[in-house]
Amino acid sequence: MTANPVLELRNAGKVYGAGATLVTALHGASLSIAPGELVAVRGASGSGKSTLLHLAGGLDAPSTGDVLVEGRSLSGLSRKELARLRRRSVGYVFQDLNLVPSLTAAENIALPRELDGARAAEARTEALAALEEIGLREVADRFPDEMSGGQQQRVAIARALVGPRRLVLADEPTGALDSETGEGVLRMLRARCNAGAACLLVTHEPRHSAWADRVVFISDGAIVDETTASAPVAVDLGALT
Amino acid sequence: MDTAYAYSVLMSIKHGLLALLAPGPKYGYQLKAEFETATGSAWPLNIGQVYSTLQRLEKGGQIEADGVPDDDGRVVYALTPSGRAELADWFGSPIAQESRPRDELAIKLAMAVSTPGVEAREVVQAQRSQAMSSLQSLTRLKGTVPEEDLARVMVIDSLIFAVEAEVSWLDRCEARLRKARTTQTPEKEAVQ
Ligand SMILES: Nc1ncnc2c1ncn2[C@@H]1O[C@H](COP(=O)(O)OP(=O)(O)OP(=O)(O)O)[C@@H](O)[C@H]1O
Ligand SMILES: [Mg+2]
Repeated sequence: MTANPVLELRNAGKVYGAGATLVTALHGASLSIAPGELVAVRGASGSGKSTLLHLAGGLDAPSTGDVLVEGRSLSGLSRKELARLRRRSVGYVFQDLNLVPSLTAAENIALPRELDGARAAEARTEALAALEEIGLREVADRFPDEMSGGQQQRVAIARALVGPRRLVLADEPTGALDSETGEGVLRMLRARCNAGAACLLVTHEPRHSAWADRVVFISDGAIVDETTASAPVAVDLGALT
Repeated sequence: MDTAYAYSVLMSIKHGLLALLAPGPKYGYQLKAEFETATGSAWPLNIGQVYSTLQRLEKGGQIEADGVPDDDGRVVYALTPSGRAELADWFGSPIAQESRPRDELAIKLAMAVSTPGVEAREVVQAQRSQAMSSLQSLTRLKGTVPEEDLARVMVIDSLIFAVEAEVSWLDRCEARLRKARTTQTPEKEAVQ
């Protein structure tokens, strides 16, 4: 029995501009992610990875096809319903982070929870726990411009993971992180998925994409390949002697 | 199989066994088990390999039998001063890049680019799919090993970084092939 997908893209395409400046950023892409699944997206710069994530998170409407989150088509939702879904069910790590400059790290993380009706003290407790999990308890009361690039990135990740998010969309969440910290983030995302969330991750690092159950490869706006783990590899030296 | 590769593999078994004997004398079957544990089971050894390597080491004066064989005829081996020196030398010197295997894949791609009727991008794509798959299964394996188990995690990381290098290189090959095709197309049209 397969669980209902958390995210489903049905032939979703995106065209920017018109006439001479028309760009087809994404050709009809179809992709389905079940609870517990981590799916990674790879592809060259400009191939359409962020476009795919924008459509999945309802930040942008598809030009063709449909996007469903937890079985509901985003095109059928009012602006208010869409905003609520994005606050409550979808965690988004933006490629350019999007932290609010006038709020501290803890306030940034608590914001979506407060907007969603959580009490301030409760939201702050959750925010501190999320910072703890990502190893940054000490920056809780600093503003974004008082943090390093990698610290800001991890705050953005904590913001996407706080609360009962069922779908996590992460666009290059490890771009500013060293190898060890980056692996820590992937282990966290993996643990979230193992606990039942669905995650769609864009990354340039093959090593990080390898934490996914499926790795899809995009080329010029089209999904051209998908891989899963092969049978375990053992290097048998017996054959050499 | 590439002889340079086979040679470097034999050398690493040899030095691996010397390293395992450094804390104290051991039986051959013990060395086999400890070698596999230390390398995260990535390189299973057969017992014949262990004994033939021990014989070579004994002949070379790097190890010696410690006392008389037990009732089952099993021998405990110990490091000699010369073996200890060889081990120190191994840890003290980096491994030369040339001792790595000659790269069949690079040769295959070079041939794919110049052989008529072969679509090099397809060769790249197929290879990358399978490298990515291996990377996924190695990562899954790593996920099951506690991070405190340093030896195993480091060996698995070594395999992971090697396969990742292949994937990154294949990404680069694909980009080059794509660029070559888009810049070549107008020329071909001009000829017609
Ligand atoms: N708002 C926009 N208006 C016009 N074109 C756009 C817009 N956003 C993206 N594009 C174009 O769509 C294509 C896909 O862009 P996208 O941001 O999805 O790429 P990407 O794979 O995320 O790249 P990167 O790895 O550099 O982040 C590109 O050619 C880009 O120039
Ligand atoms: Mg992008």
